[in-house]
Amino acid sequence: MVVPLEHVIALSMILFSIGVLGVLFRRNAITIFMSIELMLNAVNLALVGFSRYYNSVDGQVFVFLVMTLAAAEVAVGLAIIIALYRNRQTVNIDEINLMKN
Amino acid sequence: MITGNIITDFCLLILFLPLLAFAINIFFGKRLPRQGDWVSVGSVLITLILSLSLLMNMFMNWDANFSYEAQFSWIDLGAFKVELGFWVDNITIVMLAVVALISSMTHIFSLEYMKGDIRYSRYYAYLGLFTFSMNGIVLANNLVSLYIFWELVGVSSYLLIAHWFEKHSAADAGKKAFLTNRVGDIGFFIGIMLIFTAIGSFNFQDVFAGVSQGMISGTLLTLAGVGLFMGAVGKSSQFPLHIWLPDAMEGPTPVSALMHAATMVAAGVYLTVRLFPLFSPEALTIIAYVGGFTALFAATIAITQNDIKKVLAYSTVSQLGYMILAVGVGNYVAALFHLLTHAMFKACLFYGSGSVIHAMHHSLHELHDHDTDPQDMRNMGGFKTKMPITHWTMVISTLAISGVPLFSGFLSKDAILAGSLAFAQHHPQHFLLPVFGFGAAAITAFYMFRLIFMTFHGEPKLPKVFEGIHESPKVMTFPLMLLAGLSFFIFYTLPYFNPISDHGWFTELIKAGDSVAPGNPTAHEIYDGVHHAHYPAMALSLLVAGLGIGLSYLMYMKHKFSAENWARKMGFLYKLSLNKYFFDENYNRFLYQPLLKLSRAVAYLDWDLYDKYFINGFGRVTNLLSKITGRIDYDGLDQILVDGVGRSVRRLGKQLKQVQTGRLQNYMLFALVGLIIILVIQTI
Amino acid sequence: MDISQFFTSADLFGIAPEIILTVTALSVLTLEMLHVSRPGIILMVAALGLFLAGALAINTSGDEQILFGGMLVLNRFSVFFDFLYITIGLLTLIFSQGYLEKRGSASRGEYPALILFAIIGMMLMTRANDLVIVFLGLELLSLSLYILVGFLRHDQLSNESGLKYLLLGAFATGFFLFGAALTYGAAGTTNYNGIVTAITNNTILSDTYLFLGIGLLLIGFAFKVALVPFHMWSPDVYQGAPTTVTGFLCTAPKAAGFGALIILFNRAFVDIHYQWQDIFWILSAMTMTIGNISALIQHNVKRMLAFSSVSHAGFLIMGILVLNETSISAVLFYLVVYSVVNLGAFAIVSAAEQEERGLNLKDYRGLAAQHPWLSAAMTIFMLSLAGFPPTAGFVAKFGLFSAAVSQGYIGLVIIAVLNTLISIYYYLRLVVNMYMQKEESTLILSYKMLAIVFVGLIAIMMIILGITPGYLLEIVTEAASTVA
Repeated sequence: MVVPLEHVIALSMILFSIGVLGVLFRRNAITIFMSIELMLNAVNLALVGFSRYYNSVDGQVFVFLVMTLAAAEVAVGLAIIIALYRNRQTVNIDEINLMKN
Repeated sequence: MITGNIITDFCLLILFLPLLAFAINIFFGKRLPRQGDWVSVGSVLITLILSLSLLMNMFMNWDANFSYEAQFSWIDLGAFKVELGFWVDNITIVMLAVVALISSMTHIFSLEYMKGDIRYSRYYAYLGLFTFSMNGIVLANNLVSLYIFWELVGVSSYLLIAHWFEKHSAADAGKKAFLTNRVGDIGFFIGIMLIFTAIGSFNFQDVFAGVSQGMISGTLLTLAGVGLFMGAVGKSSQFPLHIWLPDAMEGPTPVSALMHAATMVAAGVYLTVRLFPLFSPEALTIIAYVGGFTALFAATIAITQNDIKKVLAYSTVSQLGYMILAVGVGNYVAALFHLLTHAMFKACLFYGSGSVIHAMHHSLHELHDHDTDPQDMRNMGGFKTKMPITHWTMVISTLAISGVPLFSGFLSKDAILAGSLAFAQHHPQHFLLPVFGFGAAAITAFYMFRLIFMTFHGEPKLPKVFEGIHESPKVMTFPLMLLAGLSFFIFYTLPYFNPISDHGWFTELIKAGDSVAPGNPTAHEIYDGVHHAHYPAMALSLLVAGLGIGLSYLMYMKHKFSAENWARKMGFLYKLSLNKYFFDENYNRFLYQPLLKLSRAVAYLDWDLYDKYFINGFGRVTNLLSKITGRIDYDGLDQILVDGVGRSVRRLGKQLKQVQTGRLQNYMLFALVGLIIILVIQTI
Repeated sequence: MDISQFFTSADLFGIAPEIILTVTALSVLTLEMLHVSRPGIILMVAALGLFLAGALAINTSGDEQILFGGMLVLNRFSVFFDFLYITIGLLTLIFSQGYLEKRGSASRGEYPALILFAIIGMMLMTRANDLVIVFLGLELLSLSLYILVGFLRHDQLSNESGLKYLLLGAFATGFFLFGAALTYGAAGTTNYNGIVTAITNNTILSDTYLFLGIGLLLIGFAFKVALVPFHMWSPDVYQGAPTTVTGFLCTAPKAAGFGALIILFNRAFVDIHYQWQDIFWILSAMTMTIGNISALIQHNVKRMLAFSSVSHAGFLIMGILVLNETSISAVLFYLVVYSVVNLGAFAIVSAAEQEERGLNLKDYRGLAAQHPWLSAAMTIFMLSLAGFPPTAGFVAKFGLFSAAVSQGYIGLVIIAVLNTLISIYYYLRLVVNMYMQKEESTLILSYKMLAIVFVGLIAIMMIILGITPGYLLEIVTEAASTVA
């Protein structure tokens, strides 16, 4: 069975939107971070779908790069979150607003 | 005979010597002997000699059509090219001489006036910067360098007004002058851009050629003209941007004489004169009305002011209005003529007021009196015997400004009034313009003599202070006498000796050119009109000047009428005038405050409002969504089984309290909304 | 398998600057591990690496070179940016030394290493001829910056802005990537030349994909260069980041973002650029206006400069709206002036900053009496940012405005001029505070002599460039002509 391209892209868009909503509405920095990962994976899905449609490997190469990046981002992100947690004992981003006008 | 490259060298020297003095004084001034004042005075005297030799050369050539242009390439990118250069003709030469003369006088006068000032060397440095930028405006042959020097003049004016910045009023006045000027400069900039877009060049000659070929015409040309004129409105302190000049009197008095009377404020007039050929008839009408109205309007304020410098400030605004009026009716030679004569007698008046204030200051200082205002004319009176030189020089220049025959002001004012009368004869619907002119003339004569009578005549109001009043030293009286001398007609009518005709070297050497904008009368037609209106205008102006002087004499010398009674009878009008028509208050209320509010509102939008409404509204949606997702995450499967409904209700309560959200997600939401808007705009 | 099929020696030589910088960054980290962590030595090594990279970048400044089968393009435009980044990097390192000592992080070798990594990322962005490479460069840059922003581990503000920048940056990356994926889907390739071919031959899979793709890519960039309404992170992040990092953050990445945006719209989407002009118009007008108005009411110098940099991005977008040779060269000129001036200004701010003090405008009162030279330099910087003649800022604004006017965007230029007017007010407020208050300044400035020398050089350069901009103008025009 061949899944039509539109379905793949639609799924990818839905996943992406869920990720966006998660980023917007969750309060825990780590959950937000996970939602961002979801967004990136939605992109990967789209890339793989297009790659298959065009029968080219460009998209798949891109996916590897995105995955690498995601890993790097997690490493940096968790480091920052831990540093913050040590100073503030919280990862709730509602409480992280020392700076404002 | 000075020609070609020598003119270029002269101009470069005239331009850069004051800049050199500025650089030396700003960096090393304090370490030099006498704090470096001799550097500035020396450099400005050299520029005076150079300017006067150019002037002599002009007399020797006696060529009305003399014109010389020197070009240097500044930015050259093929497509985008800016050339700098000089345009020297007789107008330039006269202006250079005026700037150099008044600037030298100011430098000399300040030697005594500013003695012991805490920022003495900085003061001289700024004077140098000003002289440099003013000469830059005069020499400019294109709009870009004109604009650059225009801004630089604004900066040096700001620095000098706020020279005594420890006084709050001085710092504020500096700021006000700067900001008000910027408002005019937006128009100026837009005008320049419009011209450049249409014609593709900044050079004056290219622009005039472009306009005459019709590359820009109609409404656009009028708009460009009005834009350029807005720059002049700001700099020459015309209505409605006149508010800064009276406040600028917070600066040292020699500065007021140099910049806020004789030269810098005249830059606006100079600009309109230089660019006269490209103004369309509609733009000229606007110019004429702004100038005429300002002339009358400022004069009515001057009547009731008691601060000697404020009276002179409003009188300056009014006289500048005259010049602008003259440009508007096409008689721009008269505007330039008045600029020249006005520079001399108004600088003299300011030095005179400086001399008076200086004397008051010293006397008060010896009495250890720090509460009496040394500038208030109500504290003066009878100074005639104590300060004879100051008195007589001020009387001479007052006669000049009032338009009394034998003095310079009579010639130039008469030319302007004749121009407006001729204009009204051709266009009866503009009958108001001469009314403005003659009305202002009468009032000017009145309040200027009021100043003389209140200061120098009558009984001393404060006898103790009067005891300590002395004539100022020679460095201060010398400029006074020189400039008072230059207020006699003879210096302007040579080689002729007719004191009631403005016929002289000025009118012979500076000829009006034709306008290149379609629809304007030719220079010849304007000249003819003025010629015919000459005698009626003279008769009328003598009449109104006599009226003004007479009334002033009766009221302030003979006390036939009591000024207080009149003030009471005119109650409302008096109040309006005394409070300068409440312009500052209204600007503050309707312009500055709303702007401040707007800026606060944006901040409010960003933070508070955004929090309150957007987040509360969006927060509810958020909350609903969190409830749902929260349920699925926590209350789902094990949580419901473990803790049941009770715990999830508590959690909901907590979440409700947390509607005041964290900022980070506000940003994201905001961005997301922006994204959606962009996509929507793009699809439609 | 013959590897030379994929990499030729020309390819490797082309990326020599990146290789050198990588090696330098790794050596710096190694030196740190070996506890050879005398700040001076580390700084020297990093500076040496930057010089070497600069020298190698010159070597490749001849004709246009296409490397790695069309992934990278080297031309005068990219070389121009290489030099800009290297200059900014060098200045940042010089200015950082004193500040880091003050904050107790002087001997941490990651700092120069991260700056070097960021520079590599930016170089890739402006050399890229492929969405994948832009993405790689952008992320290398962003990851380094996240750490730099949160560099002061024990400072709560630094932590917080690090986290905010990270989350928002990652969020933006998501959009950028989705945009790239959709563009790939529409054109069947991520290579710029391929995309152009697809668009001109009308072999686009679906216009919706392309449209959404471009839109999302644009949003990704808008986040990075802080265009309204995607700017809200910048004041917080700029305020919390270590001051010298703020200087770096508001200059180099902005330059890289605009450089990459120019290439993207002038190469890949050149045929449909006109469809997006309305959006650029709106973005430009909103960015400069909101940035400026918000800057008006700031009391914190860093926040004020942050909003001012937002408004400058608005001016720069005008150049991308017009997008011809004149406007691109104007953007390049503007970027140089803007970057150098901001670095200088932040250097002075970082010298003045102390525990709990030195960041409020009021703290600058009376500074001129004690530090006349520094105050004079700061005045020149502020005047330059305000676009006042005869500073270089004036020439920059003038070039940009006249490029826009010549294409008939008079309305936008009027808005821009109005904004310039507003901006003068808050720039001068700092100057007025320095000069016009008689109270004795209580600020104790701490700085390295070397940093002050460079601040002075920048100030002098801004005046010289304002008076004779010809030399730099020639360079930017040549650089612009290779992409226009």
